[in-house]
Amino acid sequence: MDFSIIIDNLPLLFKGLGLTLQLLAISLTVGFFLSIPLAIMAASKNTWLRTPVKIFIYIFRGTPLLIQIFIIYYGLAQFEWLRESSLWLIFKEAYWCAIIAFSLNTAAYTAEIFRGAILQTPKGELEAAEACGMNRWDQYRHVILPSALRRSIPMYGNEVIFMLHATVLAGVITLVDLFGAAKIINSRYYAPFESFISVGLFYLALTFTIVFAFKLLEGHFLKHLKR
Amino acid sequence: MNDYFGGYLPLILKGMILTIEVALLSLFFAVILGMLTASARLYGGPISKFIATLYTTVIRGIPDLVLMMLIFFGGQILVNNLGEKFGWSYIDIDPFIAGIITIGFIFGAYMGETFRGAIMAVSKGQIEAGHAYGMTGLQVFLHITFPAMIRHALPGFFNNWLVLVKTTALVSVIGLEDMVFNAKVAGDTLRQPFTFYVLVGALFLIITAVSDLAMQWLERRYTKHEKALS
Repeated sequence: MDFSIIIDNLPLLFKGLGLTLQLLAISLTVGFFLSIPLAIMAASKNTWLRTPVKIFIYIFRGTPLLIQIFIIYYGLAQFEWLRESSLWLIFKEAYWCAIIAFSLNTAAYTAEIFRGAILQTPKGELEAAEACGMNRWDQYRHVILPSALRRSIPMYGNEVIFMLHATVLAGVITLVDLFGAAKIINSRYYAPFESFISVGLFYLALTFTIVFAFKLLEGHFLKHLKR
Repeated sequence: MNDYFGGYLPLILKGMILTIEVALLSLFFAVILGMLTASARLYGGPISKFIATLYTTVIRGIPDLVLMMLIFFGGQILVNNLGEKFGWSYIDIDPFIAGIITIGFIFGAYMGETFRGAIMAVSKGQIEAGHAYGMTGLQVFLHITFPAMIRHALPGFFNNWLVLVKTTALVSVIGLEDMVFNAKVAGDTLRQPFTFYVLVGALFLIITAVSDLAMQWLERRYTKHEKALS
């Protein structure tokens, strides 16, 4: 094995790392803000609010992300009206298709996590909020959501790692993220060990950083639950 | 039936069978590896404990596609090098085998964690009772720990299975003709990629739904005694 190839190509790998982090940060942010209203709707007692969100969550969690990304990037080109509309400026770019697919996917998984946490809000907290005379909106804003989001932190940490690993699919649709960079190095030098082991180490380091960050977050936000 | 989807439905269904084959064979491989890892981490000496922990940590920290490429392309180089040394003729690594090995290898790590948790959840009293009857360690494991852990392992096992099924879609990237690969062929030929990818998505949902039913049946079977007790 000749790891000097990797040293020569470090700029490419770091560029890939940049794109991976960028895709991850944007999709997680968009997904997070989408997931909160979705989770509230999915936890609602109203069938008309709940059912469409449940179907959305079921479809996005039940099919491979690879298919979702293929439908958006390759599939939508089937429709001529879309290709002729100005939306095509977005849907012809692999970059935006990846962000749309990742955001919707993580929104579905995150909404499911938050929904569970909302439904498990201790009765006492709800009663206390009602006793204070809070309306539905204030209950959500000041009691239910802060409590549910805190309890979701460990599960959400897993989702973030899952999304980090899912970003490799950007490399499948021609983008040069970390995985795309490894593919380029592999095909240029026919060096699968060097290229995939080194990006593997990049991902491993990122995974450990995320795990560590979430340990810190848990220590800060879940102190009151520790025994 | 042949007229639907421009005559490509049989090709897609053929791919679906391959997807299910890959999923079931990888599951088999993953369960064996998972049992070995869980046993190593719980009962093994310091060296096997270290190896098992390293395995579960590293595998779960690296994206599946990176591992698949590593095993597929790297395995090819290894086989070529060995072939040169021993004078074999050129051997192509079969993407079917590479896919099953990678997916089995990845989910072995997840199964290992699920089984480890499940074994630890088996109540001590039951195990002690076994020892008190003069059972050997192996007998206790086979007749007490193992049947009791299945119940604790089922939800995690099922979750791993659902993720595994979705992961099989990646084998199309290394050229295996599963239903995703065939959807690309059919979609490109008929210029209807949307139709075929949505079709394959729906087929994945069907596999999930059928697995759901199987899981509910298994759960009823393995929690019968709990209802009888309560």
